[in-house]
Amino acid sequence: MGAQTGGGGVSAAGGVALGMVGGAIRISTPFLFVSLGECITEKSGRVNLGLEGTLVMGAMAAYGVSYLTSSPWLGVLAAGACGVVLGALHGWLCARPRVNDVAVGIALMLFGVGLAFFLGKPLIGPTAPHLPSVSLGWWSASGQVRSALQVNALFVLGLLTTAAVRFVLRKTRWGLVIRTVGESADAARAMGYDIARVRLLATMAGGFLAGVGGSFLSLFYPGSWNEGLSSGQGLMAVALVIFARWDPVRCLLASLLFGGASALGPALQSVGVTSGYYLFNAAPYVLTLAIIVLTSSRDRALLGQPAELRMAR
Amino acid sequence: MGIGVSIGVISPVTEPSPGGAAAVVATAEARLAARRRSVEAFAVPSAAILGALILFGIFVALTGRNPLAVYHEMYRGSFGTWFSFQNTLQRAAPLMLTALATALPLRLGLVVLGGEGAMVLGGLAAAAVGVHLHSPMSVKVGMFVVGALVGGAWVAGAGVLRAYRGVNETISTLLLNYIAIALLNHMVEGPLRDPASLNKPSTLPIGDDNMLGNLPGLDVHWGLAFGVAACLLAWFLMQRTTFGFAARMVGGNVRAALLNGLPVRRLIVVATFLGGLGAGLAGAVEVAAIHGTANASLVTGYGYTGVLVAFIARGNPLGVVPVALLLGGIGASGGLLQRVFDLPDATVNVLQGIIFLSILFSDSLYGRRWARKPAVAA
Repeated sequence: MGAQTGGGGVSAAGGVALGMVGGAIRISTPFLFVSLGECITEKSGRVNLGLEGTLVMGAMAAYGVSYLTSSPWLGVLAAGACGVVLGALHGWLCARPRVNDVAVGIALMLFGVGLAFFLGKPLIGPTAPHLPSVSLGWWSASGQVRSALQVNALFVLGLLTTAAVRFVLRKTRWGLVIRTVGESADAARAMGYDIARVRLLATMAGGFLAGVGGSFLSLFYPGSWNEGLSSGQGLMAVALVIFARWDPVRCLLASLLFGGASALGPALQSVGVTSGYYLFNAAPYVLTLAIIVLTSSRDRALLGQPAELRMAR
Repeated sequence: MGIGVSIGVISPVTEPSPGGAAAVVATAEARLAARRRSVEAFAVPSAAILGALILFGIFVALTGRNPLAVYHEMYRGSFGTWFSFQNTLQRAAPLMLTALATALPLRLGLVVLGGEGAMVLGGLAAAAVGVHLHSPMSVKVGMFVVGALVGGAWVAGAGVLRAYRGVNETISTLLLNYIAIALLNHMVEGPLRDPASLNKPSTLPIGDDNMLGNLPGLDVHWGLAFGVAACLLAWFLMQRTTFGFAARMVGGNVRAALLNGLPVRRLIVVATFLGGLGAGLAGAVEVAAIHGTANASLVTGYGYTGVLVAFIARGNPLGVVPVALLLGGIGASGGLLQRVFDLPDATVNVLQGIIFLSILFSDSLYGRRWARKPAVAA
């Protein structure tokens, strides 16, 4: 790290701020992919709480495949494929009569995490090739700025995916079908659409993105496979979709905000503030909770919420 | 239960309807349907667990091990010997208590996952209070009361948010679990740390004399008795009191409950509080009977296994007892599976996950082959 801080050096507060900006970009990627995935699923009128399990399975699969084939991008694909399978399982179970989608999500979360730990046991230790990163800090002479803006290729892909999801949901026939099923299953049924099939496909697409988000954890940051890899990011991302009001672009902004909150603890630690470390690390959970408390309402339906979800609650 | 007991509105429903033979036929039909339901309530979950065991057997076979040998060892490690059975009982005790945190709100149609956080904070609060009390009896009573109340308040917080603010209780309780664990880590490494605990930061020990002893004639602590008693109490509350009736009515149809003037919001808060009491007590018992101090060992995952217990028991507190024994047994056999078959410790989680999915799938089987449409009396 070239310690050429331009001018009189970066102050501690600046260091924390910079660390949080860098952290926001770095840590937000899994949030972004999972929340985009959940956004698609929820737009079709179904909730998949199991994306935490998908995230961890994706991380494990990506690491394993990247290790075996020495191609991190194949790992990303494998992670997405795992997500598709878990999403299909969720969609299939939820299409049975009287089966509760929230409960299925919890079960898949426990199952996915357990299976990932089971299959990933031999992967603790060996190193797999990582994903490349793109340097966006070339304009700055400060080493700190440049390392903060060392952006991962998946983040760039995430930006493109955000635009793509927005376009598909708003401007295409598929998007219209998904939104119709999510707004009124009866209307969609009357128009001849197969509700269960649309929701199954939407859950599979959501699972794919969540799996890709998991590959970021094991192939870039933190960048190895172990059992403490995810600390509930998949879960927070689901809450984040509510905050983002089911809008892909707001999902991106919310992910950056959450990434910044998650980076608070490590950023403070790097400038020597160590007391209250655990409390600062709990910041994203507290922030999530505060946000859903503030944005929820006792009797008013949430703005932008698919109507079928409203009826399910 | 001072709150929500006075419900005079529902009595007309229970009055016998006037009428002749048609009414008699109708009650006979109803009785038959009730019997069918009680058979189903046992047969469907049993079939689901059997199906899960078959699926897990296939999974084990795919890893190149003999599933029958694995199941034999699992039986030996859980129920097969007196020693392992006591281990199973010891693990089942906290599961009965944490399961209540999910089971009671489940009757109101709420999916609460806050048992883990309530257990962790209950244990922490119990340990913090225990060191300030003196006689062995007051230490225990103080720990259990404080631990249970803290757990109750923690889960009731999510209940309040749900009732008065419409916050999704599933997500809020999961977030509260992470926050609770962060609080535990902060307190045991900071303000409440015993300076003598070097490798594993802990609170001050409550002292060997103040520990919770074993049940007479068993190598199992009193927590088991607490667990069974709490489940019986919860069952009585839910099935035999007006509070329980009102709560189940909310779970059946919120709008009907509201139209009947039931205090739905208060019922939600009370049910989450009572459930949290159980999980908080579980934490206090773990500290008083096993660890003697609060530290990271309190984060056991019992809270999440309790969710599974509650779902398999379909929220029925009486069903929680045998299901907790079953899952306690699965947990107890995990160590043996590691030693004998070199299976990872997550094997138990995989089996639990498969059982959970299978149980949820079985929800679609109720009333399918057995219940025919009642003949319409002309």
